[in-house]
Amino acid sequence: MARLRIVLLIGLLASLALVPPIATWLDEPFYIVLFSRMLILAIGAIGLNLVMGYGGMVSFGHAAFVGIGAYMVGIGSFHSIEDGIDWMASGFFQLPAAIFVSAFFALIIGAISLRTKGVYFIMITLAFSQMLYFVAVGVEIYGADDGLSLYGRSEFAGLLDLNSDSAMYYVNFVTLGICLYAVHRIINSRFGLAIQGARSNERRMQAIGFPTFPYRLAGFVISGVICGIAGFLLANQTDFVSPDMMHWTRSGDLIIMVVLGGMGTLFGPLVGAVAFLLVEEILSSITISWQLYFGPLLILVVLFARGGIDGLLRPRQRADG
Amino acid sequence: MNWILLLEQVLNGVQLGVLLFLLAAGLTLVFGIMDLVNLAHGSLYMVGAYFAATFTSWTGSFVLAIFLAVPATLLVGVVVEVICLRTLYQRNHLDQVLATFGLILFFNEAVRLVWGPAGLDVPLPDFLNSNFEILPGVPYPTYRVMIIATGIAVALGLYFLVAKTRIGMLIRAGATNREMVGALGVDIKLLYTLIFGLGAALAGLAGVMAGPIFTVETGMGEGILILAFVVIVIGGIGSVRGAFVAALIVGLIDTVGRSFLPDILGLVLSNQYADTAAPALSSMLIYLLMATILAFRPAGLFPPSNG
Repeated sequence: MARLRIVLLIGLLASLALVPPIATWLDEPFYIVLFSRMLILAIGAIGLNLVMGYGGMVSFGHAAFVGIGAYMVGIGSFHSIEDGIDWMASGFFQLPAAIFVSAFFALIIGAISLRTKGVYFIMITLAFSQMLYFVAVGVEIYGADDGLSLYGRSEFAGLLDLNSDSAMYYVNFVTLGICLYAVHRIINSRFGLAIQGARSNERRMQAIGFPTFPYRLAGFVISGVICGIAGFLLANQTDFVSPDMMHWTRSGDLIIMVVLGGMGTLFGPLVGAVAFLLVEEILSSITISWQLYFGPLLILVVLFARGGIDGLLRPRQRADG
Repeated sequence: MNWILLLEQVLNGVQLGVLLFLLAAGLTLVFGIMDLVNLAHGSLYMVGAYFAATFTSWTGSFVLAIFLAVPATLLVGVVVEVICLRTLYQRNHLDQVLATFGLILFFNEAVRLVWGPAGLDVPLPDFLNSNFEILPGVPYPTYRVMIIATGIAVALGLYFLVAKTRIGMLIRAGATNREMVGALGVDIKLLYTLIFGLGAALAGLAGVMAGPIFTVETGMGEGILILAFVVIVIGGIGSVRGAFVAALIVGLIDTVGRSFLPDILGLVLSNQYADTAAPALSSMLIYLLMATILAFRPAGLFPPSNG
């Protein structure tokens, strides 16, 4: 079984790498956009998985960081045209802005939320993301409810052109690879092990001399930044930003992806994002009211498929504590 | 400052607080006793509002509709508990969040199929659709007075139920030590179903009363559900008393803040900036309040004594 899992993962990565040529060959450019969305949401889910899967902190507000990243692109594009500030259209401004602003908000939200535990943490992160959502809804100059259409995608001074679907796809793909590698390095580092230790037994970690709070907070900030990067890509992908990207149901979608694929596993969020969007795509092509079936399906997955898709492919282990 | 306007806004705030309390009471009971995070609580509120709309048009009487819609919502709650939620009590919070998130998707779509995508209006009977003089020369809608009165009556009834009756004793005992109550021979399953049904009925009542004020539409339960979460977090999860106090605080701050913040900001900022900042800032107020309270009391204002 373990070998099958590795073969399937390599197969998944290889087929994702081949999506643009195959879609072009089939003359179905729509699939490039669909799979691009999968990759971007997978990046967001990877960010969430770092705190939720490895850190045991169930955040119900990570869509806020995706939204922040996206709004940095939208705001930059807006000012570059409306006020003629050219450098704000540059990706060299927008990407660092997405990273720093999402890091800043993750630091504040994390510092307050991490004082609490369990269900309080779930609800506080939910409430903070809802707060940012209402801020976005309330800010008239950036389109309030209606959001902003981009005047153009981020410009990388001729080094990188995001305007073709295939180029955008490979940017997403490479970013996904970088994020996977980064998370792999993090979880196997001393820092990552400390976070995982705090998930299993926080008191014991403190007893052996780890101040768990700064470790968890740093983990929360890194995860927020990964989601901010996903937001940067999402805005470029859809040419549009709106408060809806921060809506609490988007945070719920991210959680579903992580759990569906396999929480606390490196590739779980990727598998989950692909599975989630495929199910959504297939169900919604059959019926408009696809959520009528998706909801119960989700309940069945929670009740009967513990460990997600990854759990189905692993050799059966003893149930953990 | 306009004192009559302030009085009206305070009453509006109390009315929102009362609605929030009805939702939060069910949430906090279900969480405190069954340890269940129920995101689908807002869906029961929505279902209650739709039932009210339907029964009003069938019977022609809103008052009769209240007495039909609340038991109907209770029934929906009990069915949901028995089919789906009962198996979730032993699971961790994440599983509960996911499964009840699935329930929200299901309910939103089911409601859209049954009642159609357009919002519904619930007409008020004449005797409620009038004004009531709270002070000489200060009219206030009778219906809103009725909401406040009903909410306070329910809060008192709930206090009596929890503090003075045998059922209430079991509820309190269940919140303190579930296993022990079961070991003493109480039918825990039945007790849980009962409590969930009670929460569902309260959510349904909130939905019914909200029907004539807000539009009845899919997803109407979600915004207020998150406010109810803020309420129970501020109040201390599991505490009905905390839920009542926090609901009034949140209702007042949200309502009064929205109507007076532009003026207050106008004193320090230029009008143009005040108009831009006020809507965003006023919707942040209660979250700022929550963050402040949690920074000092991470378990809320009235943390349950033990757990």
